[in-house]
Amino acid sequence: MKKFSIGLLAAALAVALAGCTSGGDASPDASGNAGTAAIKIGGTGPLTGGAAIYGQAARNGAQIAVDEINALGGIQLELNYQDDEHDAEKAVNAYNTLKDWGMQVSLGSVTSTPAVATSVESNTDRIFSLTPSASAVAVTEGKDNVFQMCFADPNQGSASAQYIFDQKLGSKIAVIYKNDDVYSTGIYTTFKTKAAELGVEIVSETTFTEDSQQDFSVQLSDAKSKGADLIFLPMYYTPASLIFQQAKSMDFSPKYFGVDGMDGILTLEGFDVTLAEGVMLLTPFNADANDDRTTNFVSKYQAAYNEIPNQFAADGYDCIYAIWAAIQAGGITADMATPEINDILIAQFTSMDFDGLTGDQMRWDANGQVTKAPKGMVIKAGQYVGMD
Amino acid sequence: MVFLSHLISGVSLGGIYAIIALGYTMVYGIAKMLNFAHGDVIMVGGYACFFMVTYYDLPVAVGVLVAMAVCTLLGVSIERLAYKPLRRAPALAVLITAIGVSYFLQNAAQLLWTSNPRVFPSVVGNTSLNLFGGQLSISSTAIVTISICVVIMVALTWFTSKTKTGKAMRACSEDKAAAQLMGISVNTTISMTFAIGSALAAIAGVLLCSAYPTLSPTTGAMPGIKAFTAAVFGGIGSIPGAMIGGILLGIIEIFGKAYISTQLSDAIVFFVLIVVLLVKPDGLLGKRVQEKV
Repeated sequence: MKKFSIGLLAAALAVALAGCTSGGDASPDASGNAGTAAIKIGGTGPLTGGAAIYGQAARNGAQIAVDEINALGGIQLELNYQDDEHDAEKAVNAYNTLKDWGMQVSLGSVTSTPAVATSVESNTDRIFSLTPSASAVAVTEGKDNVFQMCFADPNQGSASAQYIFDQKLGSKIAVIYKNDDVYSTGIYTTFKTKAAELGVEIVSETTFTEDSQQDFSVQLSDAKSKGADLIFLPMYYTPASLIFQQAKSMDFSPKYFGVDGMDGILTLEGFDVTLAEGVMLLTPFNADANDDRTTNFVSKYQAAYNEIPNQFAADGYDCIYAIWAAIQAGGITADMATPEINDILIAQFTSMDFDGLTGDQMRWDANGQVTKAPKGMVIKAGQYVGMD
Repeated sequence: MVFLSHLISGVSLGGIYAIIALGYTMVYGIAKMLNFAHGDVIMVGGYACFFMVTYYDLPVAVGVLVAMAVCTLLGVSIERLAYKPLRRAPALAVLITAIGVSYFLQNAAQLLWTSNPRVFPSVVGNTSLNLFGGQLSISSTAIVTISICVVIMVALTWFTSKTKTGKAMRACSEDKAAAQLMGISVNTTISMTFAIGSALAAIAGVLLCSAYPTLSPTTGAMPGIKAFTAAVFGGIGSIPGAMIGGILLGIIEIFGKAYISTQLSDAIVFFVLIVVLLVKPDGLLGKRVQEKV
């Protein structure tokens, strides 16, 4: 028995050593292009499951950016996305897989709940992290090396309230939010504060949870009986699709105002897009915009994935370009140690200006939150159209 | 008026719980086991109907029949493969097997059909009946659910009290050994129970997805647990008990949400369950069976 385990140990050691040498050899060899190996960028996101549209879009967008950058020669990037099914525990497993793979820069997680978990890990491991779209404050709070490409939840909530007030979209607002979800409650809290400040009246506030996101008849009839003319929906699109359908079956047709989680509703399989007619949402990206950067991205995305990119795809694309900009400015190479890369990227991100698809002159503060202006969008005939 | 409309949505939600609960209660009554995979059979039924209606463009009635056939087959094979070898094993082993089957079905569905949600086409139309000048609107789904629920209850009561197989089921539920001595095949009767329970699960699946049209591999899990609660609430093993338990549970859930708090609706449901079980440990219509030692 003892002999056997020693033998096993020896075998394991041999494998580990072999792994080391081959890894050591590989980096100079693979450098074909410009004398450096590829910098390994990893990220987790829901590639399957209820929020899969976000994960897939962010990955696809990031992949397009990586392909563009690699085609230029110079610094090469390698992207690896792992599935987390929008689940915190699975996200940490996926993150560990990426760490074993040798991730040097992290794209964190695509959705908030998993991102809160993986950001703690990348903060402890000193791996720089830039999440495309996890907007909860808890993702960046107290972590010096975690940054966001999307605007944080408080900004979404207060910007929505400000927008509704400025455009006079509704006088009696109802809010339905998911009270066991950090993203939904975060937006709701700041929306409520801002609405009170502006004097926008909230007549109905109702909630649901992961386990009760099927029947919304009570929430809707509460809003209806209190005469709400606009319903604010800080949530992802799956429950929202049920709300639209149930409101219609009870002959209730208020205006709807969503946040970035609403993005994706039009690509839900089997969804009747007429239900979403007139739904408004705040998002930093408009695929209809005419600038060169957007048209180039949209045409490439359509050619590769056969659909119009949403905001998450644009966030993923911007993340890669922002990291690339910082890598160039900071003189980062693939053979640097991960903590060293981490420190250079922190210094770059807190000092640079970045122009991307989702905004011009983006800046990050020391908390990792970005400043940029959201755009209002409305769904018309099954398409997103800019409101301005 | 608002009260009435809440009552109607409560009864309609409860009707779905009741049909699911019937499957739990029949299997428990006869095989004395909790079939936790029942909720996932519902999900399979939903998918079967979904594919028939959207991919093959078949009429809804055919979709429902195919779903029933698929679920019956699935229910009977689960019983054959997973539960029958454990007929003499301790109850705990069977319970754990049932949980295993539930996980197996969920993950198999995820593998086969991915976990992306799909929007189920409403099989009963999306219209509503307006009463009192539009003040009260009842959706067609609610009407269909409630009527199907009543039909099933009447049919099942008739079946268990009048037909030979039904009587055999009741005999097995009272005393398996004695039933066997009277010439009843206990194994066939248990398979029959699974067949009926699973066919009902298919109907419940279609109704559930018509009322709340998103379909994913975990669609059946939570309604399954709520229906199990309903079965315990009404007295597990009793058919009218499952019906009453299901409908009451739906009404309590909706009223809890409407008049107390949307945040606490599930807590209220389970609190009521605890109170009922403290006062009446066998559930509302449960019979206390004296154990002879």
